Amino acid sequence: MDQILGNIDLLIQFPIVNLKIIIDGVMIGALFALAAYGLALVWGVMNVKNLAQGDFVIAGGYVAWWMTQKGIHPLLGVPAAFIIMWGIGWVIYKLVISRVIERDLFTSLLATFGLAIMMAQILNLMFGSDTQSIDLGYDTLHFADGLIDVPISKLIGVCMALSLAAGVIIFMKRSRMGQAIRATAQDARAARVLGIDTEKVYAFTFSLNSAICGAAGAIIVMAWVIQPFYGITYSIRAFVIVTAAGLGNLPGVIAAGLGIGAAEQYGSHIFGIGYQQAIAVLLLLLVLVVRLLIQRRKRQVLQ
Amino acid sequence: MTRFMPVIHVLLLTLVITAPFLLPDYRSSLSALWILIIVALTWDLTGGQMGYNSLGNIFFYGTGMYVAAIITIGIAYDVGEYTDAAGGGIFAFTPTQYFMGFGFGLIGAGLFCAACAIIIGSVTFSLRGPYFAIGTLGVAIAAGELVSNWEWVGGGQGISMPNYPGEQERLFTYYSFATVGVVLYIFLRWLYTTRFAAAMNAIRDDEEKAEAMGIHTLRYKLVAWAIAAFFVGIVGAIEAFQALHFEPLETAYQTINLGIFMVVCVLLGGKGTLWGPIIGAIMFHVFKEITWNYFLGWQWVALGALIVVTVVYFQDGLMGWLMSKKPEWFGIRVETRDTSTAEAAE
Repeated sequence: MDQILGNIDLLIQFPIVNLKIIIDGVMIGALFALAAYGLALVWGVMNVKNLAQGDFVIAGGYVAWWMTQKGIHPLLGVPAAFIIMWGIGWVIYKLVISRVIERDLFTSLLATFGLAIMMAQILNLMFGSDTQSIDLGYDTLHFADGLIDVPISKLIGVCMALSLAAGVIIFMKRSRMGQAIRATAQDARAARVLGIDTEKVYAFTFSLNSAICGAAGAIIVMAWVIQPFYGITYSIRAFVIVTAAGLGNLPGVIAAGLGIGAAEQYGSHIFGIGYQQAIAVLLLLLVLVVRLLIQRRKRQVLQ
Repeated sequence: MTRFMPVIHVLLLTLVITAPFLLPDYRSSLSALWILIIVALTWDLTGGQMGYNSLGNIFFYGTGMYVAAIITIGIAYDVGEYTDAAGGGIFAFTPTQYFMGFGFGLIGAGLFCAACAIIIGSVTFSLRGPYFAIGTLGVAIAAGELVSNWEWVGGGQGISMPNYPGEQERLFTYYSFATVGVVLYIFLRWLYTTRFAAAMNAIRDDEEKAEAMGIHTLRYKLVAWAIAAFFVGIVGAIEAFQALHFEPLETAYQTINLGIFMVVCVLLGGKGTLWGPIIGAIMFHVFKEITWNYFLGWQWVALGALIVVTVVYFQDGLMGWLMSKKPEWFGIRVETRDTSTAEAAE
């Protein structure tokens, strides 16, 4: 308890520490937002709640890490992870997801939970259970007498995440396929009537989601660490963000992503690093309860 | 079929009692099977009969373990000092202390978990469908993470339990599990014939309509979950005594192990039936033992694959499949002649 008060006291005495925490949080939050955007996409278009989202992220990270071990430049790992995870996502769609779209939501939740267990274990068997990271060998920038340190690798990662997000958004707005995806999300039956091959749209959407996650993972492995069993917390963070922001609300997803990144950093600063996972999960419960209270005022339930 | 039911039940009971002597090498495996049967049956109470698919029932299992441990240790010693010493040899337990701890631990765990179910449920039962599943999953994961940071109960290192004061430890835990299982079976068999079960089924089929018919749905949901929590808590407590040492994330709040296994057992056997979860648990247990023995290293992948395949291709389970193939076994009459005469009339 004293330690917690001391940590809070530190924040008040040195306001600059707040800035450091927020910068850290926003940088990792950008990647959470990326994974959450993919989740919202799949959720909105085909009504599948993908609990394997975090494991796609981790798998993408391992693709990049493995390529670096083979002597390929780490920055090339991001597009490589994008492409390879696209393929994996397509295979998973054809084998599993395409068969659960029409079923009730618990089916898709459980099927993707099974997938999550499988993927985490396969990664564990292939790469071992140690935490892994790629050292890019770049400098760290220091501000405010060394109180704020920003590794250049993290900055590069955030820039890549931003450009990926911008690319996906432009794609969804401008391209034919993006239009078809949005049409299917609005009304799948009407889209079919108007000649859109919704099956193709579903496959494309799921592969795109998997690829976005993979690229996010490849960025994470450059600046942070990955481990085969970290997937479930990324899935939960993605759920927190989407539940807080709602479907089809892109600014909301970005704001919630950055906010959750910052909230987690604050939490782990105040309560200690051991609570980081717990905070991610408690935020989910908090968001659910808040949304529940809003719905209850309208005499509705969250469904 | 109903004529033979008493005979079948007597045979089954004999089998339950004699099983550890028929298969003396598999006693701990049989205990593990009982855990699966009990958690699957209780999961089906809310999941199959009431349509609330919880992924967080494992919360009660872990909480039951910890409550039993705290009560047992608390009767004899100060819990904080005990965990600081990490169960070092200075703490001995007399048989009286052990059995007092066992008795009070089981009852305390059951009651505490039932109370937890009512408190947590009064919030989470406003969530529907997938949100309920994710919310309860969140509760279980959060509990595990918080307990692993709680030094008073040993933190991430876990907590050690006293040794069984005697020789036949395996038999003792087997019969403890078996007693709980048999009591649960008899209880559910009775419960599923009452109005209470009819109300639960009404909630599953259409909650709005059930409410409109005057069923106080929240009360039914809470009571059903509390019953499930009570039994899962007791099972957790017995497992705490069997495990001797357990830690929060992998053994107590094992969200991705037992927490998901119970759902798979129910789906394998067939949702919303009394025997489905039991048969599913046996099928799952056999599958698990085989993969653990012959595919070591790949067992988890095989289990994940089993989950996916069950959910995607075989969701009605064995009972559901039988029900569609042989409806007459379940007392459902299929009147084929009616349709043919109707066609002839047209």
